[in-house]
Amino acid sequence: MNTLTHLWNHKRYRLYLYQAVVLILLGAALFWLGHNTWINLKQRGIQSGFDFLSDTAGFDIGETFLITFDGSQTYWQAFLVGLLNTLKVSLCGLVLASVLGLWVGLGRGSLHPLIKLFCSTYIELIRNVPLMIQLLMWYVLLVEYLPPSTEPYSWFHHFYLSQEGFAYPGFIWLQSPEGNPTLSSHWIWSRPVFDPQGVHTDFNWSPEFLSITLALSLYTSAFIAEIVRAGIQSVARGQIEAAQSLALTPWQIKRWVVLPQAARMITPPLTNQYLNLVKNSSLAVVVGYPDLVNIANTALNQTGRALECIAILMLVYLTLSLVIAWGMNRTNDKVRHYLKKGDDFAPLKLTQRA
Amino acid sequence: MTSQARNQDTAALDSQGANTQVYSWVAARPAPKRIEKANTLLVKFWKFITTHPLDALLSVGVALLALQFLMLALNWGVIHAVFQIDEAACQNARGEGACWGVIGEKFRLILWGRFPFEEQWRSATACVLTLTMLALSVNKIVWTPSNRPFTLGAWCFSVVGFHTLMSGSLFGLSFLQIWPHVDTELWGGLPLTLILSLGSIALATPMGILLALGRTSEMPIIRSICVLYIELVRGVPLISVLFMASFMFPLLLPSLQTPDVLIRVLLGITLFSAAYTAEVVRGGLQAVDQGQQEASQSLNLGYWQTQRYVILPQALTHIIPGMVNNFIAIFKDTSLVTIVSLYELTGSLGLALNGDANWRAYKLEGYLFIAAIYFFFCFTLSQISQNLENRLTKR
Repeated sequence: MNTLTHLWNHKRYRLYLYQAVVLILLGAALFWLGHNTWINLKQRGIQSGFDFLSDTAGFDIGETFLITFDGSQTYWQAFLVGLLNTLKVSLCGLVLASVLGLWVGLGRGSLHPLIKLFCSTYIELIRNVPLMIQLLMWYVLLVEYLPPSTEPYSWFHHFYLSQEGFAYPGFIWLQSPEGNPTLSSHWIWSRPVFDPQGVHTDFNWSPEFLSITLALSLYTSAFIAEIVRAGIQSVARGQIEAAQSLALTPWQIKRWVVLPQAARMITPPLTNQYLNLVKNSSLAVVVGYPDLVNIANTALNQTGRALECIAILMLVYLTLSLVIAWGMNRTNDKVRHYLKKGDDFAPLKLTQRA
Repeated sequence: MTSQARNQDTAALDSQGANTQVYSWVAARPAPKRIEKANTLLVKFWKFITTHPLDALLSVGVALLALQFLMLALNWGVIHAVFQIDEAACQNARGEGACWGVIGEKFRLILWGRFPFEEQWRSATACVLTLTMLALSVNKIVWTPSNRPFTLGAWCFSVVGFHTLMSGSLFGLSFLQIWPHVDTELWGGLPLTLILSLGSIALATPMGILLALGRTSEMPIIRSICVLYIELVRGVPLISVLFMASFMFPLLLPSLQTPDVLIRVLLGITLFSAAYTAEVVRGGLQAVDQGQQEASQSLNLGYWQTQRYVILPQALTHIIPGMVNNFIAIFKDTSLVTIVSLYELTGSLGLALNGDANWRAYKLEGYLFIAAIYFFFCFTLSQISQNLENRLTKR
């Protein structure tokens, strides 16, 4: 008894006890949940396991990226198509949001009252309305307010915009016909053709894709703009004055003095926004864009394997998040390293500013 | 060189009899007087254009763009718009102007969802009650120590009142029934948005604080559990958590005790936003000086006393703006629950318009209406947060 009291009075052992208790409680809770699931699955006669992935999917996917898909292929291929679609939207969104965010952020910090007003209105309007509603609005706008594909907006007979989407030209790989040695496979230039039936094209961005990309990139750009502005504001005033005294032009100052230093402040929160963008791309499901969530949802409804489908969904997004975080951390290291090299010329101790 | 030293130097030079030259002060040539031109707006404008031609071009471009957009919006939203609840007029104006009549026709469905039509005054009262409480709670006076118990009491009262109004019976007990019972499945629109956002804010904040304390604790196992939870949740999208809440919770719990979908989704949003709240709180905890911890240790305060009376009050003051931003994010996130068939504002709009062929075409107007509602709440909150931030940084 005396030893026990002694142990209890010893902080380290007390903390061991606390942790043991927490661990036991957590283990018990997890066991309870697992046990419930086991019983429920058995009671309802739901099969479990990932074997369904190699079954035939039996549904078609309207829009594919890089690889083709039809209903006779398997579930895991469907998931792959979904993942590629998610990646496509995310990548387009990342690029657009970064470019737009940078410009709006620069404009927000500008001394021009007009540009400042314009940019801050944009930021406030976009930040304070849920992405969901913006996405639905874009979708309605693209599907109902654009002309039908029989009378599309056209530019240079190469680009057509209508309710069916945005058609654009490109190169396609023409396979030589079987057993015809005279025609070799080659790239051909393919452009949309417009006739009274509508626009026929090999390359098309569907309204679903356009709306999710637009909504995502505009939404994220407003947040990136705020980050850019904060980063620019954190650059010491003396730096700008020094650059001015070196007779650099305003653009040179922005490009060579302000932005490289602001980059150091910008990269960590920017990483968060990129992660958010990728996660938010999952909203594509509400406009019927066949992204990963959409495919998982369809598979879930068809096979009833909720646990497995949600597990796949979460694992894929976790992996994506980790990859982006890793990439951005490397960028961050580079930004810091780059600044360190410049230390001989200018002390860039931003974080030490009072 | 101090003046004394200089005097000594001069004295030394004098004593040497060197040819010292005494510089006397000469008034500088007066600065040329600026010729004051008439600084009219036109002159200013001209000066601006000549000194910053690129900027001038840019601002003209921006102005034109903004004007174009404004004209488009004005044309569509006001000049050619139909304001009466007149289906035929709306049909005529299609493509040219907005049909705001759709909101007049459908606002009850949009705002209160599937709630029984003749009982919708209950939904409205519940919303007014909550919004009044919210508006009162942002005042500083109600949180002074003497008023705090009353405020908390009023909140408890209004939570009970809200539930009574919505479900129809006191504490959900059938023998204390006052109005006809309305199932939670039928709750919708603004009240649902308010329950989901306020409920998950109220639940996620304490959970987030605990998680943040766990993450900064010195116990390795508890720390790693918290880190694992926070990072896992932050790595997945809310939709997957909502799917989990709607499909997996029934499997995880004993088959007879499955709570209804509202509670499940509320729990899902709470579990999700707690991770984000925890990260905000952790920022605040790290901002508190280490000396505070040591000082309270030397006063022989225990762990919880230290946190409760020393660390947390300081940490939470630091992060008020961050927390408000987090609240805004949670509020906006509630719009996702329409995916798991809960008809909050976004979902009830779809419900109101999709089923009616006459008004189905005017969804954009409907979306603008709820966007305005969301904007009102979020913008107000963000302004409050900004004021707080200014006040905190000034100190």
